[in-house]
Amino acid sequence: MWAYIARRVLVAIPTLLAVYTLVFLFVRVAPGDPAVAALGDYASKEAVEALRQEMGLTDPLWVQYLRSLLGYLKGDLGRSLINRLPVSRQVAAALPYTLELTFAGILLGALIGIPTGVLTALRRNRLPDYLGRTLSLVGLSIPAFYLGILLMIAFSIKLRWFPVMGGGNLSSPADNLRHLALPALSLGIIMTSYVTRMTRSSVLNVLQEDYVRTARAKGLRERAVTYSHVLRNALIPIASVVGVYSVVLIGDSVMTEVVFSRPGLGKLMVGAMLQRDYIALQSLILIYAGFVILINLLTDLSYGLIDPRVRYD
Amino acid sequence: MTKGHRIRSRRVRAFLRNRTAVVGAVVAILVAAIAVLAPVVSPHDPLEQDVYHRLAPPGGEHPLGTDDFGRDVLTRIIHGARVSLTVGVFSVLLAMGLGTFLGLAAGYFRGGVELVVMRVVDVLMAFPVLVMGLLVMAILGTGLGKLIVAIGVVLAPRFARLAYGAAVSVRETEFVDAARALGAGPWRILLRHILPNVFGEILVMGTLWTATAIRIEANLSFIGLGVSPPTPTWGNMIREGVNWIVVAPWLPVFPGLAILITVLAFNMVGDGLRDAVDPRLQT
Repeated sequence: MWAYIARRVLVAIPTLLAVYTLVFLFVRVAPGDPAVAALGDYASKEAVEALRQEMGLTDPLWVQYLRSLLGYLKGDLGRSLINRLPVSRQVAAALPYTLELTFAGILLGALIGIPTGVLTALRRNRLPDYLGRTLSLVGLSIPAFYLGILLMIAFSIKLRWFPVMGGGNLSSPADNLRHLALPALSLGIIMTSYVTRMTRSSVLNVLQEDYVRTARAKGLRERAVTYSHVLRNALIPIASVVGVYSVVLIGDSVMTEVVFSRPGLGKLMVGAMLQRDYIALQSLILIYAGFVILINLLTDLSYGLIDPRVRYD
Repeated sequence: MTKGHRIRSRRVRAFLRNRTAVVGAVVAILVAAIAVLAPVVSPHDPLEQDVYHRLAPPGGEHPLGTDDFGRDVLTRIIHGARVSLTVGVFSVLLAMGLGTFLGLAAGYFRGGVELVVMRVVDVLMAFPVLVMGLLVMAILGTGLGKLIVAIGVVLAPRFARLAYGAAVSVRETEFVDAARALGAGPWRILLRHILPNVFGEILVMGTLWTATAIRIEANLSFIGLGVSPPTPTWGNMIREGVNWIVVAPWLPVFPGLAILITVLAFNMVGDGLRDAVDPRLQT
């Protein structure tokens, strides 16, 4: 198991390096001069040139490439061009908001989606099935930011149950939860839709297997068939789906943070993009890519926990 | 009737029997017709300002109300359909063409082509779709054509994966050997013998990704990286409408509904196509 984890981490290194190279090049070809972005359009030529020198932008590309790579290895994410603060400090402040939101969304999706998916599959072509299928199709067609706006209109503006914006105070759990509720609900609804749909289809596939027919034929009660034969075998595809859609959810969390003005990584990234803060942008995009690679690894590892037949060697 | 024709007509019949898919197709065609006929069917001009009826609630002369400039919301939604559908359809066509070409080539020629193409695909897939879209738009700048290119580039790796898998599995089959023995060149084999085998799946994926492309466009426009105002798009209407969310909640709600209905329609068609192309899959 540990050898497998070590090998997967080793394999992730070239991917991360390639991702870094790509982002580095993308950000360099993006229009606009970072020094001008930092100083504003009316800065004097000399001031811009001085800042370019100071930021190392006059060095050859490969020097810049290696310098920022070495920085990352030491945990230095550079300094924001706009407010000159270390990006790592901004990331540290924003990370908890993004993590709690994404985690809550995935958790809600799994907790509601898996039972609903199983139920719709077992009641195939009956009312619960039609209802579940329709709702999940709507849920995966709705843009996350729009769902957020609808929830905001209903629960924050009309009913006044929840605050309209912000991330709340992290040191006060009650305040934090009140701010988390609506954004988490909107991601949770979308995740639930994905999970319901895929759980249904994987349970339906397992229901057709010979061993399910055998279990029924030998007189097992339906409940026992469902729990020990159908569900256990359907869980692997379900786990992989939760993994795949967690990646989609990370993208949706960016929009949800923007709508609810949550001070998370996504809002930081969109802000950096609109202000052409390339240093911060590059670091934030890399962090998102790192998340994706991490989730893929965790998904693969979860197979071993679910299915004892899976061996990591 | 050849075997190909029989399969095709069986698939068409399966699709037409699927009520959800047919409803989706009708809605999608309706939205497309509205987009094409926008100047004819909309009650007002999308940029016309009625200063005496700013932020008018839905009803009367303005069935879906007016925005803060007194522009008719229904008219702007109708015109917004043009941007959404243009971006949705053309970005997916671009992704489909580019991705399929690269994927087929990588799977058929193997070796260096495979190594380079598939590693690039792996790296591109490590980005959430939306994050990649944001990055590409930041480089290209705003505008309709750039949106199409950005979303096309973001989605292309998905098609490359699919085409690659098909090319790898089909290249060793007997009919490909036979074609090669008869002297067919690699491109003829790819286009005439391998591509038709995956075309159904590519079409299904294309329809489902059109729904996603429309959603990505809305996301980018909402952030302010799409087509610039005053040209109406569903995303930028929501962006502007959110500022008035307390006094005029209909401003963000109606354009969002248009997105939801259109994306839903494409998803319904895509599901129906998938069931028709591969009846073994349970969805």
